[in-house]
Amino acid sequence: MLSLKHRRRVNTLLLGTLAWGVALAIFFPIFWMILTSFKTEIDAFATPPQLFFTPTLENYLLVNERSDYFHFAWNSVVVSFGSTIIGMLIAVPAAYSMAFFETKRTKSTLLWMLSTKMLPSVGVLVPIYLLFKDLGMLDTRLGLVIIYTLINLPIMIWMAYTYFKEIPKEVLEAARMDGATLLQEIWKVLLPMSKGGLASTVLLSLILSWNEAFWSLNLTASQAAPLTALIASYSSPEGLFWAKLSAVSTLACAPILIFGWVSQKQLVRGLSFGAVK
Amino acid sequence: MANLTIKNLKKSYGEVEILKGINLDIKDHEFVVFVGPSGCGKSTLLRSIAGLEEVTSGQIFLDNKEITELAPAKRDLAMVFQSYALYPHMSVRKNMSFALELAGQDKDLIETKVTEAARILELGPLLDRKPKDLSGGQRQRVAIGRSIVRHPKVFLFDEPLSNLDAALRVQMRLELARLHHDLDATMIYVTHDQVEAMTLADKVVVLNQGRIEQVGSPMELYYHPANQFVAGFLGMPKMSFLPAEVLAGDQSGVQIELASGSQVHLPVSSEAVTRGSSVTLGVRPEHIQVTGKHEGVFKGRLDVAEHLGSDTYCYVKTDAKENLTVRTPGDFQGVFGDTVGLNLDLSQCHLFDDHGQAIHKLSRSAA
Repeated sequence: MLSLKHRRRVNTLLLGTLAWGVALAIFFPIFWMILTSFKTEIDAFATPPQLFFTPTLENYLLVNERSDYFHFAWNSVVVSFGSTIIGMLIAVPAAYSMAFFETKRTKSTLLWMLSTKMLPSVGVLVPIYLLFKDLGMLDTRLGLVIIYTLINLPIMIWMAYTYFKEIPKEVLEAARMDGATLLQEIWKVLLPMSKGGLASTVLLSLILSWNEAFWSLNLTASQAAPLTALIASYSSPEGLFWAKLSAVSTLACAPILIFGWVSQKQLVRGLSFGAVK
Repeated sequence: MANLTIKNLKKSYGEVEILKGINLDIKDHEFVVFVGPSGCGKSTLLRSIAGLEEVTSGQIFLDNKEITELAPAKRDLAMVFQSYALYPHMSVRKNMSFALELAGQDKDLIETKVTEAARILELGPLLDRKPKDLSGGQRQRVAIGRSIVRHPKVFLFDEPLSNLDAALRVQMRLELARLHHDLDATMIYVTHDQVEAMTLADKVVVLNQGRIEQVGSPMELYYHPANQFVAGFLGMPKMSFLPAEVLAGDQSGVQIELASGSQVHLPVSSEAVTRGSSVTLGVRPEHIQVTGKHEGVFKGRLDVAEHLGSDTYCYVKTDAKENLTVRTPGDFQGVFGDTVGLNLDLSQCHLFDDHGQAIHKLSRSAA
């Protein structure tokens, strides 16, 4: 018979192994992408796949020659930050009103907003494409900012609403008694108290916008195309160039990966906030 | 100056009427306590005065100026919440100076006021701490400090001591009483704790189901309750109520018969009752005496005796299923099942008609 202490140690070991296994499985494609980006096109195709090879930077040089990375990167930055800022400017007041001045329709409004996320995007592609065409917003950064704001807004409002719900109403009432105007109440009391949660909301919106591909591929061509469109441009009718595709993908993912890495503590705290009280 | 007048105030949430027409006058420097069971509307009334609740109809005046529609910030009132409601991201100093900064007051003046409030509440050493580093009592003091610095016309307290433990509650209660004396301010205080109501108030407002049952000084309410609700609500342990029937009435009082068959004569007005009408006799634990088995108006069986040291509370059941609570000296020796005789101090007994309204005492009208 194993002692309780022993059994507990075995359990910990098993759980640890499982966690590492899952983490490695999730990370593997990214690892392989980075690895492939340093291979020659021939090495990239080799069967069996090669783990050891002579690394080369030629893919990166070629990608840089063929396309203007910074043009695409700048577009990504503008549309993700733009949509996040506008999204927050709408989400905070909306969530404030829903969390602190709840009416009998609040819950169903929230659910309805979330339900729009369950719709397949392609279902509204044609009407939106036509709208954008008529408004002259095809291949513009403004167009992408608008569409990203709209698709991320339900999640942003939901998250902000959840964080605001954690804040005791009395604190805001105390601010009101203390003479705060509505703006002062939000700016000086509500926002500082929920900054952790709102930071996660901002992060999530940035990441979702950065990685969004469906709309950016369909609504942009060259002018406003972000990094996701750049990646797609490397899978061309002439055939797939795995090594170059990997190099451009690595370049596209790198900023958001580093960003996510730096802010992971905030992100995890934010996403699990409220789950354990 | 701070005279608060409430005229026919009503508040409904949808179909549910929470306040059903409140009329009340609160004078300058008064310590007024709203007391009542949970759900009676006392907090809603306070929040309506504060401006945190929109009222359905009626008016509120502060020094003859109508404030019914004014924003909370414009009413010159300060409120202390049950949950303290401190700003967690600000230091104690910042919590207290927040309102003054919003009002755009001079920095030096703010500093002086905060230091003064901290001195009164002994918060000096804690000024740079955050609320999370304070104990419950200290947090409540900061919340009070936050309202003091503003020198409001009226202080509003919403069950401020409910979150504190028993010992701290007693201590803070004394501090509040002292504070009221020192500041000489008008205070309105909501509680469900009758001890707080009795000890702090100049004037107690007893609320029940959205209506004011009675307004008066603590002693007035205790000795001359207007109705059975007030009589039962104030006093610990509760007043005992015994059903009875009127036998006769004359100028000297009313003769009633209790369920157990005992007859007593009470010095109350006989005008409001008729022969044969059912009434309720109310008697407080301290106005019943335990006597020998075969003496007294009643005979009952001792159910439970609670020994508190200074007093012993005996719960007695009669054969007619009447329950009486009796206060006896601390060294009372009775045990469960003992038969005891009980005597009533008739001049201190209350009689309520079948609507629960008190029938006024003859001794009082003479006084």
